[in-house]
Amino acid sequence: MSAVIDHGHTDHAHGPAKGLMRWVLTTNHKDIGTMYLWFSFAMFLLGGSMAMVIRAELFQPGLQIVQPEFFNQMTTMHGLIMVFGAVMPAFVGLANWMIPLMIGAPDMALPRMNNFSFWLLPAAFGMLVSTLFSEGGGPNFGWTFYAPLSTTYAPESVTFFIFAVHLMGISSIMGAINVVATILNLRAPGMTLMKMPLFVWTWLITAFLLIAVMPVLAGCVTMMLMDIHFGTSFFSAAGGGDPVLFQHVFWFFGHPEVYIMILPAFGAVSSIIPAFARKPLFGYTSMVYATASIAFLSFIVWAHHMFTVGIPLTGELFFMYATMLIAVPTGVKVFNWVSTMWQGSMTFEAPMLFAVAFVILFTIGGFSGLMLAIAPADFQYHDTYFVVAHFHYVLVPGAIFGIFASAYYWLPKWTGHMYDETLAKLHFWMSFIGMNLAFFPMHFVGLAGMPRRIPDYNLQFADFNMVSSVGAFTFGATQFLFLFIVIKCIRGGKPAPAKPWDGAEGLEWTVPSPAPYHTFSTPPDVK
Amino acid sequence: MSTHEQYYVPAQSKWPIIATLGMLFSVYGLGTWFNDLKADRAESNGPLIFFIGGLFLAYMLFGWFGNVIRESRGGLYSAQMDRSFRWGMSWFIFSEVMFFAAFFGALFYVRTFAGPWLGGEGAKGIAEMLWPNFDYTWPLLNTPDPKLYPAPKGIIDPWHLPLINTILLVTSSFTVTFAHHALKKNHRTALKAWLALTVLLGASFLVLQVEEYVHAYTELGLTLGSGIYGATFFMLTGFHGAHVTLGAIILTVMLIRVLKGHFTADQHFGFEAASWYWHFVDVVWLGLFVFVYVL
Repeated sequence: MSAVIDHGHTDHAHGPAKGLMRWVLTTNHKDIGTMYLWFSFAMFLLGGSMAMVIRAELFQPGLQIVQPEFFNQMTTMHGLIMVFGAVMPAFVGLANWMIPLMIGAPDMALPRMNNFSFWLLPAAFGMLVSTLFSEGGGPNFGWTFYAPLSTTYAPESVTFFIFAVHLMGISSIMGAINVVATILNLRAPGMTLMKMPLFVWTWLITAFLLIAVMPVLAGCVTMMLMDIHFGTSFFSAAGGGDPVLFQHVFWFFGHPEVYIMILPAFGAVSSIIPAFARKPLFGYTSMVYATASIAFLSFIVWAHHMFTVGIPLTGELFFMYATMLIAVPTGVKVFNWVSTMWQGSMTFEAPMLFAVAFVILFTIGGFSGLMLAIAPADFQYHDTYFVVAHFHYVLVPGAIFGIFASAYYWLPKWTGHMYDETLAKLHFWMSFIGMNLAFFPMHFVGLAGMPRRIPDYNLQFADFNMVSSVGAFTFGATQFLFLFIVIKCIRGGKPAPAKPWDGAEGLEWTVPSPAPYHTFSTPPDVK
Repeated sequence: MSTHEQYYVPAQSKWPIIATLGMLFSVYGLGTWFNDLKADRAESNGPLIFFIGGLFLAYMLFGWFGNVIRESRGGLYSAQMDRSFRWGMSWFIFSEVMFFAAFFGALFYVRTFAGPWLGGEGAKGIAEMLWPNFDYTWPLLNTPDPKLYPAPKGIIDPWHLPLINTILLVTSSFTVTFAHHALKKNHRTALKAWLALTVLLGASFLVLQVEEYVHAYTELGLTLGSGIYGATFFMLTGFHGAHVTLGAIILTVMLIRVLKGHFTADQHFGFEAASWYWHFVDVVWLGLFVFVYVL
């Protein structure tokens, strides 16, 4: 994909407004992207601090630091905050910043709704997190909030949890609609669909997934609300309903949600690896089709989360085979990334380090997923730390490393300065070591039978848990280094050229660094 | 891609943050209210907070839509902007379809799997041991635990009110299309008549729906709490009714705009979006009529 450097030298009537109200009232995609990213990072630290509480309690067997009731609130809120507060908003932030720059659009298609999407999130999370301080405590039923734990036996705060999920859902749906409208309608002339950077493609597909499944989540929590407050019996067998119905509805949302959290990372990595291997992406077209296949399959695999609940044999078999099929398009992607690196003249700046670690470690998470997909084996693995190890391997070095890679890759474009490469490499290595120390031993304790979501454990798991906790503390503390690097980069540093990376491709590198407040007011010509 | 003019990027706007505050107050008030009701607390400030949130939302709706209408009539919107609105509305309707799909899915799951299993059928018949005397039938005129969930005495006969409602709503889908054709041919009088008739048909539908609910609650004992039949029945028809109400309000706004002389034969996406929405509630109703009332 080549691009002509023509970004319209029109003088813009208005730059950013001054003061706090700039951020409250803004309709600018860069402002909104920045707010999403900062919000996401704040939630990352908050959810991370809850993980630290969990790991501190699990440092040794026995109960030392927190009560089991509070431990349950920590596991629940850690999951909710990381999924809905940290990972998803980070990708929306990247989408806001980069999609208009990548396709040569002046802004997002519906700029005011864009602002609305963002501000709903602090409202939702403010309400959700405040329940921790309420009588009866915050949500304590796990981030998957299975009924009847979340209905019959739930604390009062579940009502606010339900409404918080509604607000997050509305925010996500509006954000996704904006992304779809932007990509389908605001591409510069000549930017055909098959010329779009993969980040744009993966986001288009992610947005479709969001619009398809967030309403199902809304329906799910609405049924909970009605069961709790208005006497319906959706999830109560005493009235002819079924608690398992909850799991079906939830995972019909929940499984595509997993891909919502990883597809944009696939897209970003597909830009970063070619840039630092100095070779075009291998198999662009197959990447697009693989992403679409993963999205399609994500709708027909949900019951692999429910193998032990007692679904009929036909169901077990169907969902087992369908799940394994996902390995095919995912394998296509992994091989394409590796082939892109093959015989490239590679350098390993921070974005590339994170991207390469992404490919390797995400693949480990993918393989443990394949193990979990085997229904009879899952009877053994279900609800153990093996599952925790699996999804942390796809989410931490998957989604989060994808976000770090993107942040370092585009920080020069956002701030106009180069970040401190030495510190960034330190951030990478500390994160890499900490994360593997934290999550790799979980495979072992899980296979040996340690159950998840329990504040205490058998003595034989003590050593591995101590290692996990040390790794988690390392990973957690390291993220303050990231904060420092970003602030340092914003405040100064070597000025960044328009295109700071030799091998980088795309329209975003045709505008100056930092990107002006308004870009592509008249669309560029893409050849 | 067609040629691009300057795409209209609005300046700062206060409406999103007002909308956010309105939503936050509304749901926080509602949550407080629900919790206080459930815990039998005599005093609750929930309704007040909810009301304040409602005021914010009402102010926002008038202000934001008013703003968009002024911009549109001020000629700020290009053909490209029009397409953004079209994509936005289509995907919004798709999200609504998925919302209803969750409830339809629940209904199908209960009828195909959970219900028969609870009655003792198949490999999962072990569930029968919980309530050995429970026989599964659909419509569910007995529940496993009648003390917790008293079963309804009867269900709504599809061939009376629901059939009339089907006719009303399908007819209204035609009348709104006639109104659209009149608008495109610039027959303003016909447009006004057909649109007014559509609103009237929608309102009649709602009146009959209320009558049906009263009948269900007072005579049939069919309530939200009467087991899974009542739960799915009222949630599906209730959310549909809420959407018809919203659709009727939107069409009324369109009627007022038509009376004020808004919309031209080739620029009237506001009207079109309203009619798309109306067709959508009509299609959902057909699904309801077949799967909730008849089958």
